[in-house]
Amino acid sequence: MSYSEKVLDHYENPRNVGTLTDEDGDIGTGMVGAPACGDVMKLQIRVNEQGVIEDAKFKTYGCGSAIASSSLVTEWVKGKTLEQALEIKNTAIAEELALPPVKIHCSILAEDAIKAAVADYQSKKAVAEEYTACQPTS
Amino acid sequence: MIDFSATHLQLFGLPQQYGIDLNVLESRYRELQTKAHPDRFAGEDETQIRLAEQWSGRINEAYRVLKSPFERGCYLLTLQGIEPFGQNQPAMPPDFLMQQMQWHEQLAEARSKADKLMQLEQSVERHKKSLLTDLSGTVDSSAEQAALILRKLKFLFRLEEQVGEALEALE
Repeated sequence: MSYSEKVLDHYENPRNVGTLTDEDGDIGTGMVGAPACGDVMKLQIRVNEQGVIEDAKFKTYGCGSAIASSSLVTEWVKGKTLEQALEIKNTAIAEELALPPVKIHCSILAEDAIKAAVADYQSKKAVAEEYTACQPTS
Repeated sequence: MIDFSATHLQLFGLPQQYGIDLNVLESRYRELQTKAHPDRFAGEDETQIRLAEQWSGRINEAYRVLKSPFERGCYLLTLQGIEPFGQNQPAMPPDFLMQQMQWHEQLAEARSKADKLMQLEQSVERHKKSLLTDLSGTVDSSAEQAALILRKLKFLFRLEEQVGEALEALE
């Protein structure tokens, strides 16, 4: 099986590889895995006060299509609001990268990673707000 | 004498459960394989020979599945209507994925260091063994839990393979 040019490009020059360190509670981390092939994917987003994703990083251990899918979504989510990011569908990822049918699950993994990262950010934020709400307002 | 609708376990006269006597499996496999060996049907008509071949293939496949703890677990769950690797299975637990990530990071760092690779190999092996022990206690009683263990094992097999490849590359 041969990879498409776009997959090869992301595979050879992955964008935004790395880890975001959470100092201000503005990071959401999504961890997902595909049992069938053993791929693991970590996607992190940094969200500003307006709810816009300012930065995104990923780390993926898996095949070229999984790496390309996660690399692509880090590019796509930047500048988007959380709601807009959640609208990214795996079909769009698969289409952009011209993934063959056997590699569609890689794009599903990337979509799931976005959802997991957003959910993680929102749950952290909810806890933080609750905490603030419980502080005495002297 | 040939019942193609029997389960793999029925084929060998074994109870329909995860815990089986592997010695019994082995000896019944040999018995059946001798009976069904296509050579025994030499000189008979085409249909008989083809049937013997099919039968022999069926026995081999059942034996292969039952012999492996992982395959046997998957098979028994499938009989219960659960596909451990189906589309609708729940997401993997985050702490498990975190551990996977760490192991993969260690593997990437240890690429050229045989001692580190062997350490990693051992810790993956230990983890695998403990999962296999958990598996034997859950397949018959708690299918969902067993399905999760099987999914975890699949990640470990993959990792084990990659550690093995890295070690081979050093030789």
